[in-house]
Amino acid sequence: MSTLSRDEVAKLAGLARIEMTEAELVEIASQFGTILDAVARVQELNLDGVKATSHPQPLENIARPDVVQPSLTPEEALSGAPAQEEQRFRVPQILGEE
Amino acid sequence: MALNYEEVVAKYNPVLGLEVHVELNTESKMFCSCATTFGAEPNTQTCPVCLALPGALPVVNEKAIESTIKIGLALNCKIAPYSRFARKNYFYPDMPKNFQISQYDEPICFDGYVDVEIETEEGPKQFRIEVERVHMEEDTGKSLHVGGATGRIHGADYSLLDYNRAGIPLVEIVTKIVPGTGKYAPEVAKAYVAELRDILRGLGVSDVKMEQGSLRCDANVSLMLKDATELGTRSETKNVNSLRSVERAIRGEMLRHAEILETGGKVKQETRHFQEDTGLTRSGRSKEQAEDYRYFPDPDLVPVTPAADWIESLRATLPERPSIRRKRLKEQWAVPDKEFEAMVNADVLDIVEATVLLGADSTKARTWWLGEVSRIANDQGVAIADLAITPAHVAELISLVASGELTDKLARQVVEGVVAGEGTPSEVVAKRGIKVVNDDGALMAAIEKVCAAQADTAEKVRGGHLPAAGALIGAVMKETAGQADAAKVRELLLKYLGQ
Amino acid sequence: MIFKTAAEMAASLAAKEVSSVELTQAHLDRISDVDGDVKAFLHVDKEGALAQAAAVDADRAAGKKVSPLAGIPLALKDVLAQKGIPTTAGSKILQGWKPPYDSTVVSKLKSAGVVILGKTNMDEFAMGSSTENSGYGPTFNPWDLTRTPGGSSGGSSAAVAAFEAPLAIGSDTGGSIRQPAALTGIVGVRPTYGAVSRYGLIAYSSSLDQAGPFGRTVLDTAMLHEIIAGHDAHDATSINAPVPAVVAAAKSGDVKGMKVGVIKQLQGEGYQKGVQTRFTESLDLLASLGAEIVEVDCPSFEYALAAYYLIAPSECSSNLARFDAMRYGLRTGDENGASAEAVMAATRDAGFGREVKRRIILGTYALSSGYYDAYYGSAQKIRTLIIQDYAKAFAQADVLVSPTAPTTAYKIGEKVDDPMAMYLGDVATIPVNLAGICGMSLPAGLADEDNLPVGFQIMAPAMQDQRLYQAGAALEAGLASKWGGTLITKAPALKGGAK
Repeated sequence: MSTLSRDEVAKLAGLARIEMTEAELVEIASQFGTILDAVARVQELNLDGVKATSHPQPLENIARPDVVQPSLTPEEALSGAPAQEEQRFRVPQILGEE
Repeated sequence: MALNYEEVVAKYNPVLGLEVHVELNTESKMFCSCATTFGAEPNTQTCPVCLALPGALPVVNEKAIESTIKIGLALNCKIAPYSRFARKNYFYPDMPKNFQISQYDEPICFDGYVDVEIETEEGPKQFRIEVERVHMEEDTGKSLHVGGATGRIHGADYSLLDYNRAGIPLVEIVTKIVPGTGKYAPEVAKAYVAELRDILRGLGVSDVKMEQGSLRCDANVSLMLKDATELGTRSETKNVNSLRSVERAIRGEMLRHAEILETGGKVKQETRHFQEDTGLTRSGRSKEQAEDYRYFPDPDLVPVTPAADWIESLRATLPERPSIRRKRLKEQWAVPDKEFEAMVNADVLDIVEATVLLGADSTKARTWWLGEVSRIANDQGVAIADLAITPAHVAELISLVASGELTDKLARQVVEGVVAGEGTPSEVVAKRGIKVVNDDGALMAAIEKVCAAQADTAEKVRGGHLPAAGALIGAVMKETAGQADAAKVRELLLKYLGQ
Repeated sequence: MIFKTAAEMAASLAAKEVSSVELTQAHLDRISDVDGDVKAFLHVDKEGALAQAAAVDADRAAGKKVSPLAGIPLALKDVLAQKGIPTTAGSKILQGWKPPYDSTVVSKLKSAGVVILGKTNMDEFAMGSSTENSGYGPTFNPWDLTRTPGGSSGGSSAAVAAFEAPLAIGSDTGGSIRQPAALTGIVGVRPTYGAVSRYGLIAYSSSLDQAGPFGRTVLDTAMLHEIIAGHDAHDATSINAPVPAVVAAAKSGDVKGMKVGVIKQLQGEGYQKGVQTRFTESLDLLASLGAEIVEVDCPSFEYALAAYYLIAPSECSSNLARFDAMRYGLRTGDENGASAEAVMAATRDAGFGREVKRRIILGTYALSSGYYDAYYGSAQKIRTLIIQDYAKAFAQADVLVSPTAPTTAYKIGEKVDDPMAMYLGDVATIPVNLAGICGMSLPAGLADEDNLPVGFQIMAPAMQDQRLYQAGAALEAGLASKWGGTLITKAPALKGGAK
């Protein structure tokens, strides 16, 4: 039986940038055992030498010419912005590195 | 007592690692068709793709692939027959998708090198910088921090985001670790970045303007004791935005690491930020937890598998490597070191070479570009390349002087005319009625007039005091409106005064 | 009028027996009458629909050539961006967002003169099989309003089954078109991956997602398929090849000599008795129409569900990172000087539902350092085995078949607290998505035990979508002659609108 602890879920929630209440962390942790057991079945087969498929169709080298097409207007670009100022998206103070 | 630099390099070996980000100069962005013009009004060069609107999909710019392969070839890399884009997942407000499309374990170019030469106490010395990989990715948007004391991110009340830069093609060039540079580590790093800049400029794939951020360097530095076998802990310094800063940042980090190690401390593996004003680095905000970028192949983009014949056709277009070219030109033109360095710094090699290729004497070509033309450019505060004067103009000018149709002084007037847009040197000569006064009769008349007017001075010269002739020659030149050949005037004057 | 097929409506429009405005108004009236019970729509664009209808009527009156479905109303799954129309993907995090651009599917519908009535309900970001994961409440199955219409495209399937629209667009990542079609007694097709552009389709799992058509008959579905399919330069995974002749195939409906492969792994244990019975009867019918029935073995299908529930969550954990409160959509917690990081986390908590969070966490885990190879990496290899199984099976048969879903429609709330039970409902549809091929579900009758629709699934190789329609049309005709009409005509009348 696979398990995922409450702390592991908390760490994953941090990576996924989702605030979670204690109840949510515990709930997800408790459901994860069953789900992980189910998905861990992918490890049952011997997969040595099997190629990984990332794309269902075998396409290659799809590119576009380096030609400029019209952009959105700034009004369209900012139309969904929760807040804006000076034709820019206004966001809360950023704590990250400079 | 903290060690000084000489003491640090006597005790420790520095190990470098350099990551250079280059913005390509494509017309459109990496994964969408928005323009890439620098300095446009905020959010005027954005679309559903580079704003990461729900549903939008990336499609790669073929020119960006081509430019990256050219860079790889110019850096002696192998070109991968199969490479993929991967998503680098982390949250940051200037990155609209909250993942960056980059390349992970399948970069398009790998295993290359760049040779650089620096001056050492023992004379010129070459260092080989090995290139681990060259890969494609995309730039982020720009944030403006509002409020707080300094306009810096820390203490700001909020930030304003402009996504014009988001999605501009970036190429990242990563070196392998660079050991063995000893006390020359800062110079080697600077020379490497300078060489890269020259190579990229020669390829025409980037504006390589460090001050505009189109070429940016992150420097990894660690120290190990001379007899140690294990690498020391490294710091990664970001924001190194000029060649001089590369040198200063590395030197500063070497001193900082040594001071920590000397006092029994441990160097922290961290990101630091270079401060242009102090030349020191500052610790970045430490992250609450180690990043886990969860790279995986981007399912929206298909593999890049460049055909061998295409790669070869790109290889055939590569220009001569800048360092080799410089060496060749210096020898061909027999230019003294100092002078050559001045040409490199003034960025006139291309233009001088073009002038020489049009038949001009290399010394004269250099003198014109580095002298009169540079002066005008300086006065006007513009780049030489932005002036209306071309290599063809300068070549023509030099030939007019050589044939005696112009004196150097007159030629300078002609340069002014050409720069002012009055046409080719011959056209300027014709329009301005500039011509050398070669008629001995006219010159003699002027000499007689001047000597009569300044009889005392003429008498001194007649008496053998030759330096006094200068004033008379000047007056004659003035009399002939500068169109006389000064040497000729001197010859005739002295003869007239019995010398 | 609204109870006719789309093909019949198109014929009436062409014959000018009815106008598109009348037809559109009739459907808007039907929506007013019954959608209070069915809750298929999240947004009805009455004005836009009537304007489009009027434009088509004007074109027709002016004698302009119009597309076969011009003037026919359609319900659009809310996962597709439509300029200026609220588009939420069933999520609170996008409440109120109006895209500044059209998805390619919408552009194609508009240029074909199809009348978009509005946006239909769905499981949030297409994660789910019952529409119960919608941020706006569930949709109810017109056959039994206490039951689910399936999902994630349950709003679209319910709208068609409730005669609120003759046609609808859905999207299918693990069965999200075929399973709701099965549960509501209509026809739904997931086209070959890359056949219909994903540009503007809000991504759940990029390598599995594909938009496709719903209709009440095989021919109606084919007519819509032909309009939305085709190469698109905005989608790098779009296939650049002619659209298969699906309408012609739906009209021919001939299975004489066709080899029909029954997948051993997709029947028997775990399948409801009534589902299995109707499936077997349909097979007998196909055989009586001249098809040759063979059994094929696809051993790796046993691992398809596990691979799917790693690949889809992994991709979604990255695809949904863009919903961060910075550029569009919900923003919560922006007070008392909260940081951007805190606002992102609070918004993603408030805006995402439980299932979405569960899958993001699962995907984050599967991609994280140390687990990637064991989970995501292995899943991608299983995917290769499934593709190989299909290749072998298609060497023995022209089309493959199975029941679409193991059960008929279940009660709302029945599985909502048991994610694994819900996931198991996708067991028969998922292999198609992993392999990137095409699949159809069409009605096979009602299960004896509950009198609810059973779906019959047909699968064909990539870009052989016409085979689905050829086999589907034959089976549909055979069953209709047995029943004296299509299955949907047996659906109970809804109390709002009399039949």
